[in-house]
Order: sequence, then C-alpha cells, then structure tokens
Amino acid sequence: MPTSTASEIRDFADELADRVRAASAARTPLRIVGGDTKAFYGRAVGGERLDVSGYAGVVDYEPSELVITTRAGTRIKEIEALLARQNQRLAFEPPVLGSDSTLGGVVAAGLAGPRRPFAGAVRDSVLGVTVLGGKGEALRFGGTVFKNVAGFDGFRLMAGALGCLGVLLEVSLRVAPIPASELSRSFDLSWPAAQAWITTLMRRPLPLSGVAHDGERLHLRLSGPSAAVAAAAAEFGGEETPAVFWEDLRHRRTGSLGAPRLWRLSVPRTAALNDLPGPAIRDWGGAEIWLDSDAPAERIRTFAAEAGGHATLYRGAGPGEAVFSPLPPGLFALHKRLKAAFDPAGVFNPGRMYEGL
Amino acid sequence: MLDQFDIALDPMFPPVDRGRLISALSEVLPAGALVTKTEGMRVYESDGLAAYRGLPAVVALPRDTGEVRAVLRTCARLGVPVVARGAGTGLSGGALPSPGCVLLSLSRMSRILAIDPDARTARVQPGVRNLAISEAAAPYGLFYAPDPSSQLACSIGGNVAENAGGVHCLKYGLTVHNLQALEIMTLEGEGLTLGGEALDAPGFDLMALMTGSEGLLAVVTEVTVRLLPSPSHAQVMLAAFADVRQAGEAVAAIIAAGIIPAGLEMMDRLALTAAEEHTHAGYPTDAAAILLCELDGAEDDIAEELERVAAICEAAGAVQVRVARDESERQLFWAGRKGAFPAMGRLAPDYYCIDGTIPRRRLPDVLEAIGRLSEEHGLAVANVFHAGDGNLHPLILYDANEDGGIERAEALGGKILELCVAMGGTITGEHGVGREKINQMCAQFGSAEIETFFAIKAAFDPAGLLNPGKAIPTPARCVEHGAMHVHAGKAPFAHLDRF
Repeated sequence: MPTSTASEIRDFADELADRVRAASAARTPLRIVGGDTKAFYGRAVGGERLDVSGYAGVVDYEPSELVITTRAGTRIKEIEALLARQNQRLAFEPPVLGSDSTLGGVVAAGLAGPRRPFAGAVRDSVLGVTVLGGKGEALRFGGTVFKNVAGFDGFRLMAGALGCLGVLLEVSLRVAPIPASELSRSFDLSWPAAQAWITTLMRRPLPLSGVAHDGERLHLRLSGPSAAVAAAAAEFGGEETPAVFWEDLRHRRTGSLGAPRLWRLSVPRTAALNDLPGPAIRDWGGAEIWLDSDAPAERIRTFAAEAGGHATLYRGAGPGEAVFSPLPPGLFALHKRLKAAFDPAGVFNPGRMYEGL
Repeated sequence: MLDQFDIALDPMFPPVDRGRLISALSEVLPAGALVTKTEGMRVYESDGLAAYRGLPAVVALPRDTGEVRAVLRTCARLGVPVVARGAGTGLSGGALPSPGCVLLSLSRMSRILAIDPDARTARVQPGVRNLAISEAAAPYGLFYAPDPSSQLACSIGGNVAENAGGVHCLKYGLTVHNLQALEIMTLEGEGLTLGGEALDAPGFDLMALMTGSEGLLAVVTEVTVRLLPSPSHAQVMLAAFADVRQAGEAVAAIIAAGIIPAGLEMMDRLALTAAEEHTHAGYPTDAAAILLCELDGAEDDIAEELERVAAICEAAGAVQVRVARDESERQLFWAGRKGAFPAMGRLAPDYYCIDGTIPRRRLPDVLEAIGRLSEEHGLAVANVFHAGDGNLHPLILYDANEDGGIERAEALGGKILELCVAMGGTITGEHGVGREKINQMCAQFGSAEIETFFAIKAAFDPAGLLNPGKAIPTPARCVEHGAMHVHAGKAPFAHLDRF
C-alpha cells in the first residue's frame, strides 16, 4: 500500500480538482488514467493526461460489513490480496490486464469476468462513489450500505461510463465471501450441443459460477457450499479443468483472446450463433462471445444485433473507427444531455465511448 | 406534514384550466380512460402513506403504451405535471398527487406478455403485480426474487420506480439487480429501450439510473425481469435473545462468518409480542429480540449452515435457538414477521414506519439510541426489520387523533433518520424519498449533489413536469430546512469546494 499521509492525499485531491476546473475553464480535454492498462479499450482520446493512480489507499474495510471503500487509484491486485486475507473477493471477477491496474479503471471500464452471469456486473457491486464533476466539485453518490434508495443512483451510472461522466476519487464496493468449495469440469462437446445442455442447466438451482466454451470443450465451474458442489460435480462427471483455465479466461490470456483485432459480442445466451466469421471463445454461458475476426465491422455488428445483442471492437480499432455499437438517435441525444449534466465543458475522456460524447 | 406543497420551496407550475385539460385529454383517449369526479378520484389521493393526501386535476387510466404517450404529450404541451402511480402501495408519498397534476395510473396495463423459461426472463406490463410474476414463473421452477412485503398488491412498475427490496434481497439483490430491460417513455412521448436481451447494453447504464428514480425521469411502460431457479430446499431458524444488543451482534457475526442467508430478520419485544398476538407464530414473548434466519440451497448444506448459525447465535448469548420443525412451522414463522406491521394496530391507533439503513456493525448502538430517542419523545417504537442488510424499520406508535400526534411522530422519525446518516447510513433503504423524506435529503446530500440530481432530471425531463416536488429537494427547501451535510461531525471532502 502507498504510505501517503493524510495531508498528501488531501493535496492530491485538491490538485485533481484544480486540474479539472482549469481544464473546464479552458475546455481542454482530459484523458483520465489509472494504471493505463486498458488504453486500447474504447476510442482514442487526445488531451492532457490526468493521472489518478497516486490517489490510492484503502479508506475503510470492515469484513463483517462485506464492504470495502478505497481511493480510485488503489491497485486492484492490492485490493484483491487484502480481501483474500479475510476470505473474501470481488463478486464480478474483473479482468486485470497489468499489475498497475487500478480500481478506478476497473469500475470505469465496467468489464467483468466469468462469474458475471451468476454474481452480477461491476455496477451490481458498486455501493457508492465520490467523483469529481466538471466544475471540480466532489460529488458523493450512494454510500457504504447495500440498501440505499436516496437520490438518483449516480454511483451505478459510473460503472462502465469509461470516465466520460467524472473522475472517480473513491469507490465503495460490496464484496463476497469466498465459498467453501470450488470445482471445475470440462466436457468434449461442440457448441450447439453444449448450448442445449447449458439451457437445461441454467434452469436448475445449481451452484454454477462459470460456463465457458473454448471452441472445443465446455467448461463448467461450480462454487458454493460443499454438498451442493460435490453433488453437481458427481452428476456431471467430465474431466477436471484446472483453475488456471478460469484465470486465463478472466484476464484475457486464453488462445485467441490475444488477437490484435478482437470483438466482444454481448448476446442472449440462448441465441443461435453457430456460423461466426472466425474462432470464438464463449463465456457467460454463451452470452459473451470473444471473436477473432477480420470480417467487416458492419457485418459483425449486424450479426450481433440480429441475435438481440451488440458488438464491441474490444481491441484493435483503427483511428476514428467506432468501438461500441451505435445507439438509436433518441438514446444518443439523452446520453449527450446526461454527459452535459455532469461535465458541462465536455472535458472528461471526450470521444472515448462515442464520437461526439 | 408535507402533503401541502409550498410555492416557495417546491417546483410549481402555472395553473392550467381544468376544463381545458380534461377536454384535451378526452380528445386523445377513448371513453372511460379518465376519472374526473371527486368521489372517483378519492382512491388516488394518497398512496400507502395515507397521512399525506391531495386530489389531482384528473386521473388517466391508459390501457397501452399509445395511450400513455397521448397523456404525456398532452401534459407536455399544456405544461401540466404528471404523477405516475402503480398499485399505490408506496410508503413515502411518492404517488401523492401534486397540485393540478394528471395522476397517471398504470394499473390497467397489467398483462404478463411473455415468460421465457430458457432465457429465464419475464416480459410484463408495468401494472403486473410483483407476486403474479413469481406465480406465473412457478410452473417452470423459476421465481422473481425481489419480494417487498406488499408483493401481493404492489406492481412491478412501482417496484422499478422505487428499486424495491424485500426479505430476500440480502442474497438475491434488489430490483435493480434483477432487471433485464425497460421500456420507458419521456414526458415528450418518446419511447426508449434501456438494457436489452443481452447481459449488458452499449452506452451508459441508464437502466440502473432509471431504477429507483421515483417517477422523476420517465414513465416505465414495460419491464423485462430476470427469473431465478427456485432453491430446492429452505429452512428457517428462530433465535431468541434476552438483550437487543446481543441480537445485533449475532447479525454481524453471521455475515462475518461468510454466510449469506436468504433472509435475516429481527424483531424486538414490542414487535414480536404484537406479532405473536396477531399471528400466533410461536414466538417466545419473553425475549427482548428474535432473529429469523432463513437458509436455502441443498439440504445437506442447509443443515451444516444451520449448525454454524446456531453456534454463532449461542456464542452471542441466545437463550433459545429453534429450527422450524416442518414446512408449515417455517411458513408460520414468516407469517408472524409478515404480519408484524398490521399487528401494530393492537399497540396504537397509528404507526409511522421509518426506513433508514445503517452499517450492520452499528446495529447495537443504533437500536440503543432509538430507544433513548423514543423515551425523550414520549412515543413507543417497535423495531421489525431486515437486519441482514442493516435496513431498519422502526415503527413509531402514535395516535393521529391526538392534537399534534402526527407531527410528534414525524419529529421523532426525522431524528432517527438523521441518526442513520450520522452512522454512515442512509435515510431510505427501500421505501424511497417521495414526499415524506424530502427534507432529510438535505441531511444526506450537499448542494453539489442536489444540483447534479436536478441536472440529471433535466436531461430526461427538461420541463420538470414529472413528479415535481418529490425525491429531490430544491436548494430553497434545503436552505429553509437548515440541514447541513454532515457525517459524524465532518463533511466528506470538506476541503474541496461544494457548490
């Protein structure tokens, strides 16, 4: 942990606020950076680098509350190590793409790992945030308790907003106990057969925590109380999958996840998507597809939209190329008004999500 | 009493001629879609917070999205406020009609449109009752998890507006965690889809923002909820304590042990005694407090976890620990809890329910402090609440027929809410701010946040006509109320500018 003193932390927050105020006054775009491990994700942002990684440290962690509050620049690895010592973890299993990856970046990116369909998205774990708005003012939304309906949920809105609405200063997260038992099994099943089986499994109260298809085999992870996990594992049979499979999937190290041009399709789990234009790895029971393809963007986006979902050019977007699926005009106009509500001068990561936002 | 809107402190709009409004709405709606007679509108003059009352200009009862659009466009054109209402079971005056408003009741839009057991979703109109979704899903072995106490009557549109919780949300989440997609309509009559069929949608997470927005941003016209497989087994344990403090400590210890119960509820002596007389659930009436701890999952796992919970409760000082002997006793234990609110009628003519949430570890201190406040104000308080997530429901017992009765109850309630904020909690865990807690919002949020909330509202509703005077206090109201944004004596980031 960084050993900043209280006054250093205060000075750092003041400095960030001053930088934001100055940028807003001059309409200078800011590129907000934590560990800068996900610079590839989203459209390229010009502008001054606003490094938040120095604003680090745990503010409060009380294991019996299942809540941790840390400054946004805190490294995610440090947070996970701290939680693990109390037999707890982050429910949403975020990808950590470098040792400098910070909590602020993880929340802003809103990316979650294999446990997402079973334990919720990043925003489902966020209980509260403090952000700097465009006037350099500290805004505190939510809090440190799970049930809280006072005020609009500005805190959940920050998850996945790619820093376009504010500079995250502090985040409170709900954390989860590590279950007593975890086992993984794999099966030699083609995707269509695997998908049919997944559909029947998902209708049962099973302790599933990971369902992925690597192109050749179906992998199931079971987490929970020992008896339920053991019973499901015994019923399924299959071969043992090493835990590292899930780690590699989570941190995007598996096979084609390293492709220079990689698509992420988010689609209904039950969609029939069997003739994809490239090698695919399916996570989230089939609801998240990692596609290594040079097919035209339009074709891939249409493919995802027709299945009821959307496609993100996760890595390898060319200059000016769209990354996220376009929004309908009415929704995009609302996004612009909402951005202006938080960031009237439009200085926070402009264009990172969409051109003109 | 905050049922009266104040021209100096609440957003107000120039009055529109009622006859003109009714004729404009009649032109765009079929016969029978409007209620204009006073006696017919009485049903809509309050929600579950019956102490707050007011008549709308007119009640509109649309049957489909097109009729909702027609009402909204007419109101936008004429500058008339719109208050959307579901089943009217809300407890914070969120559906209280504001002066001259159109009360938009979604109760006729009550069809379940589709259940997809393979996708585990249900697509429903906003007026569908919460429990009806689980009932429709039950043949597929599925259920809809959020279960507010009013689930028999409350509607899903209202649940979305309030981000409703319930007994099961400790394990299964709030409404926001169980939504797949929303169809909403802005005041201008523009329909938007938030969320979708996939697990996420591009852009900002507007579905999360919309959830719990109390009718201030848009009107929900269709909801797709996620369904969960029903657990194969469930069992409940009752633990009795001679001291409220010990019960509070047991709650924190259970969660700290890594156990997430499906429900973890607490009742103090006043509440459990009344509930026992009302329901005959078999509660030990000599206890100072009881905990009900429900566990679900595989049978063997439940047995093992029950042993651990029992050991934790005994270590905390429990005088009695009992597992329901069968399913009917389990149902009975819960019937007592669910009947606790109606049972209050045995103790006092009226009760006023508070809804603050606090960090769990503060439970013992807060319960003691509530006891002291209760004595100071000379009003009895019964506690029955969602202990597992620190969501308190102190029930202040009073007599509305006594001179100043409700005002005294409100004054005590305000003190309890400010205590919750000072303890690091919130003024409302699940009932919403509505009209009722609008002054206490000034204690929880500063002017910078409140300004941002209004800016968010303006992004959706530039004219400010949707449910005005609710949920977000005007800066003028906060100045008048005089509350400062203070947590335990110090404002967070006090050194940074606050506007």
